[in-house]
Parts: sequence; C-alpha cells; structure tokens
Amino acid sequence: MRKRRGAGFDRAVARENSVKKQTTAFELDGEGCEVTCGPDEPLLYVLRNELGRKGVRFGCGEGLCGACMVLVDERPTLSCDTPLWAVAGRRVRTIESHVSDWRLHEIVTALTQAQAGQCGYCLPGIAMRVRALLADSAVASREGIAEALDGNLCRCGTHSRILRAIETAAERIGRAAE
Amino acid sequence: MTEGPTLPQPLAASPQISQWLDFATDGTVALRSGRVELGQGNLTAFVQIAAEELDVAPGRVSIIGADTRSTPNEGFTSGSMSMPVGGQCVRLAASAAREVLLAEAAKLLQRGKEELRMVDGAILAGSVPTDLTLWKLAAKVSLDVDIARHAAPKPPTQRSIVGRSLPRIDLEEKITGAPFVHDLSLEGMLHGRPVHPPTMSARGVTLDMERLGQRPGVMAAIRDGAFVGIIAEREVDAISAARWATGVARWDDDAAFAGDPVEQIAESCEPSEVVHSAGLLDDAQGERVATMVSRPYISHASIGPSCAVAQWTGGRLMLWSHTQGAFPLRDALAMVFDIAPERIDVIHMPGAGCYGHNGADDVALDAALMARAVPGRPVRVVWSRADEFSCAPLGPAMVTRAEATIDQTATVTSMQVMANSAPHGNRPGRNGAPNLRAAAYLDAPFAVPRSSDVPAASGGGADRNATPLYDIPHQVISKRVVHDLPFRTSSLRALGGYLNVFAIETLMDDLAASRGIDPVEFRLRHLSDPRARDVITATARAANWPGAEQEGVGTGLGFARYKNTAAWCAVIVRVEVSEEVRVTHAWSRIDAGEAINPDGIINQTEGGIIQATSWTLKEALALDGAAVDTAGWEAYPILRFSEVPEIDVQVIDRPEEPMLGCAEAAQGPTAAAIGNAVFRALGVRARDLPLTRDRLVAAMT
Ligand code: FES
Ligand code: FES
Repeated sequence: MRKRRGAGFDRAVARENSVKKQTTAFELDGEGCEVTCGPDEPLLYVLRNELGRKGVRFGCGEGLCGACMVLVDERPTLSCDTPLWAVAGRRVRTIESHVSDWRLHEIVTALTQAQAGQCGYCLPGIAMRVRALLADSAVASREGIAEALDGNLCRCGTHSRILRAIETAAERIGRAAE
Repeated sequence: MTEGPTLPQPLAASPQISQWLDFATDGTVALRSGRVELGQGNLTAFVQIAAEELDVAPGRVSIIGADTRSTPNEGFTSGSMSMPVGGQCVRLAASAAREVLLAEAAKLLQRGKEELRMVDGAILAGSVPTDLTLWKLAAKVSLDVDIARHAAPKPPTQRSIVGRSLPRIDLEEKITGAPFVHDLSLEGMLHGRPVHPPTMSARGVTLDMERLGQRPGVMAAIRDGAFVGIIAEREVDAISAARWATGVARWDDDAAFAGDPVEQIAESCEPSEVVHSAGLLDDAQGERVATMVSRPYISHASIGPSCAVAQWTGGRLMLWSHTQGAFPLRDALAMVFDIAPERIDVIHMPGAGCYGHNGADDVALDAALMARAVPGRPVRVVWSRADEFSCAPLGPAMVTRAEATIDQTATVTSMQVMANSAPHGNRPGRNGAPNLRAAAYLDAPFAVPRSSDVPAASGGGADRNATPLYDIPHQVISKRVVHDLPFRTSSLRALGGYLNVFAIETLMDDLAASRGIDPVEFRLRHLSDPRARDVITATARAANWPGAEQEGVGTGLGFARYKNTAAWCAVIVRVEVSEEVRVTHAWSRIDAGEAINPDGIINQTEGGIIQATSWTLKEALALDGAAVDTAGWEAYPILRFSEVPEIDVQVIDRPEEPMLGCAEAAQGPTAAAIGNAVFRALGVRARDLPLTRDRLVAAMT
C-alpha cells in the first residue's frame, strides 16, 4: 500500500472552514465591503470567489511564492496564508486599485512599458509587493528592490526586466512625491 | 505563388483564406491561429505579420488562438515552431487575402492591380483615394479560395510593421485583468479537486468514499480506478476535502524503485541507435579527451498550478484549457471517453508559463471526469502545488558522454556523443495512447506505451543537439532512450538539447584547455558557418572576452544552433564562486533569421538564460521510491530576484532570411557557459548538474 507523500497541503485551509459563517467587514480597494463566510477561510479565496478580485492569484497556497500578495493596512500580505477574520476592520488593497492608486498605476505602467512580463501570472503579486516598498519613500536601489522581491517567484525569468521597470517606477514616484 | 516553397503543414489541412481570416466586422481583421500564447508573445508577432501583408494598422487585427470550434488545427504549440510554421502560415494567408481583394478592386475600378495601393484598409489608385476598402471588397468576393494559389508575401525591403518591437497585445490584461483559465467564472460553476495516487502504476484505492462525501460542503465524490475527484459548490470546501482524502487514501501499488536514477540511466543496456555519422572513426588521429555529464529529473514548475474547466451537456464535452495542443487534447479525451472527437470542443485560454508538457492536459481529464458526474454544470479544477510537482510529467533525467580526438595541430578530428535519456516524447495522443495521467489508472485503464521519442524531423528528443555544429570530419552520434524507470517524463524546454549542448561545449573547452588555446578562438577554428561565427564573436565582444583573471571569478562561453536548424545562440556568463556559484553577468547574441519582434526575441532569451541558470545551479526533484517526493517550493528552490545576473541580449536581425524558432535556444548554451566559467574560476570540472555547493566540493576532492 502506498501513501501520498507531502500530500497537497494547503496550510491555510488546515482548519475546517465551513463551521460557521459570519459577516466580516473591511475596506477593499478604497471602498467598504462586507462578506459572509467562514472566518477562517483564506483571504485569497474570499477575494477571488466572493469579491471578484481575480487578479489575486493562487500559486502555492503555502506562503512561498508571492502570487497572492495583497496589502493589508499597506503592509505586504500573502492572502493564501491569511484568514479572513484577520482583516476585519482593516484596509485591503489588491491589484484592482491600480485605477485609483497613482503609485500602483505608475508601477503597472512601468511594467508594461518595459514589457516586463512573459506569462504574466506572477506580476500582480509582484506589483503589490513593490507598491508596499514604494509606499512612502520611493528611493529604492536595484538591490533593495531585488531583496524586497525575494519572496516573489517568477518562473519565466522576467526578473531583469521587472527590476529595470521598477527602478523606473521608483524614480517617477520619487519625483512625483517631491 | 511566386517563390513556390513547400507549404507549411497546417496550410495543407486548412488551405483557404477564410479559414484564417475574417473581414466581417468593418474596420477589423479577425485572425484565427491554431497556435496558443504561452507567454512567449507569438500572438503579437502574428498580428504584426498579418497587419504587414494587409497594410493595416496592427491595432485593427484581433487574434484568437487555438479553439477546436473555429481555428485551423496546428497541433501542438511546441518545439519553437510558432514563427517558422505558424508565422509563415499567417504571412501566406494574409498576403493571399491582399492579392484577392486587390484583384477585385482592380476589376471594379478598371485599373491595373499594380496601380493600386492599400493604406490602412483603404484602397488608393495611385495616390488618389477611392471609396473601396478591404471590408467592402471582402463583402463582394469569396475568400473560400486556396491560399497557395494567391499567396505573394511582400519582399523584405517593403516590410515596415514587422521587424519592430510592437508591445505585447496581452500584457496589460495579464497584470490587471482576469484572462487566465483560472479566472473563468461561469454560470452554475462548481469546484473540483482531484486526489491522484503518487505513482502511475497504482491500481485500487482504499478510501472511505462515504465519509468523503460527507465532508463539509462536498456535493459529490467520485472514484474511478485509483482516481478520486471531489466536487463542491465552494472552492475552499473542495480543497479541504481533497486535503483530507489525500492524507488518508492508500493505493494498491507494487511499483518499487531504489538507487540513483541517473546512475541507472548511465548504465542502461536498453538498445541504442546511431542517429548521425560522418567519416570513419578509425581514421581519426590524435589524443583522446572525454567527458560525461548528467542532469537529474527536474520540474517544469509553473508558477500557476494547472487548471481546466469542463462541462458536459447532452453527451458533448466543452473544455477550457491552457493546453499546448487543443486539437490533440480533444483527440486524447475522445479516446478516454470513447466518443467521436467532434463531440468535444477544446478552447484555449492562457495559463501560467508551462515551458513544455506540464500538467495542463492531465488536469483537463480530471475536470472532464468530475464534470461527468454533474451533467450540465461546469466544473473548475485546479491542481495543488504538490500535484504540480509530483503528478505532472517530469523533465527527463539524462546522461551524455562526449569523446573527441585532437591532433598535433590542435584540430578536433573526431567526436562521439552518446545521449542516454529518459523519454522526452509523451504528449497527449503520442505513441497511440491518451497519455493523460488519470487515464493510466481508471477502472478501464489505458496502458502507457513505450515512448518512441521525438522524431528526428521534429528535432529529436534525447538526441536533440547531440550532433555538434563544428567542422569535425569523423562523427558518431547515438542515443539510448531509457524506458525502464518508473517515472513519467515528457517534453521540457529544449529537450535533450540542454544536456547535449552542455556535454559538447564542456568537451570543447576541455579540448581547448588541453592545448592552452582560448575557448573562443578554438571554437572559431572549428566553425565555418558564418552565422555561428557571428553570434560567437559578437557575444565575445559584448562581454569584453576573456575578461580579467581574478581569484574565484570566471567567464565561460556556450554556443549552439538550436536543433541545428533553428536560432544560433551564444551565451557568455561571469560567475563568482565562494560558498556557492553566483552568475553575476550574462551576455548573449542570437540570430533567429528575420526578427518579427526583436524585443520578443530578447525577452525569450533573457528568460531562457535565467531559467537555465536556475536549472543548472539549483534544481533537482527529490524521489521517494517510485514516486516524486518534492511537494512544494521549500523543497525545490529556484533562482530568486537577488540571484539573477545582469543580462545583455541583442538580436542579430537578418530580414532577408527565414524566421527561426528562438525561445529554447539559450537553455543549453547557458548551462555550458556556467560550467565553463566555473571551470575557469576554480580549475575543476563539476559535471553532474545541478552545480550546488555539495557537487563543487565533491568535484574538488
Ligand atoms: S499562493 Fe500565496 S504565497 Fe503562493
Ligand atoms: S512572467 Fe511568467 S512567472 Fe513571471
């Protein structure tokens, strides 16, 4: 008899999730929202399936790839590894706020201008990580950006273009913030 | 057609203009390609080619990729054939449309065709505007006519839209939108998760299906042979139940494996085959130099695990998938469900980069099996990260030996290459079987046949790039496909070309070193192919070869022409070796013939260099008996942002030459460049990949 090793373990769903539904309120991309589901459900699935935020991507479910990155009170947060209850009353920001958040908009613009993408699956998470890095001060060196992005994996190997694009974005944001 | 080249195969199957192009919507050209966008930018290049031949702004061309309901059948989007075949089809089709429509305009205006011009879809007589447009003309004539009879592509000097770096048409949506099959949200859609056995030879499964059906939120649990599927209204419930089931399931399976697979591949006695020979080895004079290199099983390791959505309605299956081959997948599914292929529609939607045959097709069967239990309702299935590592086909482990003789004038007189490899060719439908994972262990299983390897006409599998491009009079090149290991393998970017180039280029450096000759100089002495010489010298110039000697630092070169028929690519890297090898810089020059979108080629080459650096320095799957043990990123580190080199890639554009595939060309040269740079930095050879700290220490002692 054989057993599956390292079986499909999604850490964030380790707890039972359908126990009791409850309403959780938080701010999403600048607007108030309420959602009724299990408080232990990972924020990732709540954002994607209940709130239509498909730009928040599933990559591993284990906090190891960065594809699902969002901001919670401006801090970079892995939504696959964050239960819904933990964001009650907080500000959650996803890639969709690129239309209202000028810094994120600059980041997305710089990525497209530099053609910094191949499949693009990793990019929303990367944009969000960088948005946190460039929150207040926009001064970031290539090394600083690279280090901040070490939790974000890109399998296509678009790294050097992404770094170049983010250097440009950091510069523009720095100038605009002066 | 003027130049009368042999028609690309897809044009034989879909010979008419109307099968590729549609002018029904005023102001817009709808282009249908049988290829798929995998992140490589091919659809953008196709738009450029069509716009060029039709003289319209690229923004007017909309394109759809493979869809069995409406596009030509172009088989698999693989082997770097998108441009030379897919792009050529588009060029011929669009030029034929232009000729047919211009001929109609000439008739209506009673002017000579050569007096007419098209400017962004408007017809001009001389420089005088007329009231005719592409769209008005298309409404008057039938485009159900043979492309081959009318095609007359523009000569290179008249092209202006191709050869420029048009931005990717799909990139912004990939960052801010929901374009992936993972994002599909259909009316009444359910969520499914599979529970796969760890090995292909599993038969039954011991699992309390009743308890599984009672897990919170589970709507249905199905079992077919050793395959289990769970369906729920909510994704979290499907995940949770699958996690529980995966933990408690036990499979009947006697597959066993012990020992080192790379060693067993090296020592295999399965039959070998000579794939190329020249001269007579016995005639070769000189001193013998040999090398033997290996790579372990590695993973495609897509960032987004495989996903598909399936729906059965009245005995018909509709499937949304990020497969590389919508039509072959349809046929493979028809085999499994024993229905006519016409009853299945496969619609391609983007996924994360796959780099070859990953789990995309397997998850499509999973979804179809689960959706069958809930007729009428779409079921979306996504693999877990552990599934992606352990259930998708692996990149084959390989061992390549290369041996040469070198005479007193430092001329290489012979080379023998023997590539021993696990199979590279197990795509859906190949070798007469579905080759979809679950099909191997259903109640009525489909046997997994022996892979007959990728044919030489497609560039070969184990033997890809095993024949050196160097001018060497005596050669014997062979391959041995090793089937006797229990691991399921298939195509991964560059196939055997990655390790074979590593072997040949390692040997070339060893040969050069044996006579104290500079590696660049040594290669040029053995290369009469001018385009090969050009990429090597241009790369060396960019890298300031050979660079200053410094303790623990080295530069190295790798070169190949992909498949010996596609792009020429040279790569030079600079490494720093302390505890570990760090690639700090990479330079590359690539010649892919006519460059439709130079930045697209650069992007692919940069990505290839980074991915191959990751394979070469870090990657190996862990095994547990006959199963894959690797289940997550913790156990499978890949190159991270702070580890990537500074990269300088440029294209050598040859507008007058045919387009050549390029996206896999950097894999082998990068590995070779790294190995050769490490040799220069340390003075020792590490021949077994990946070049981890342990491997270096072992090589030094
Ligand atoms: S999906 Fe959250 S870190 Fe990978
Ligand atoms: S662009 Fe494909 S994973 Fe980053």
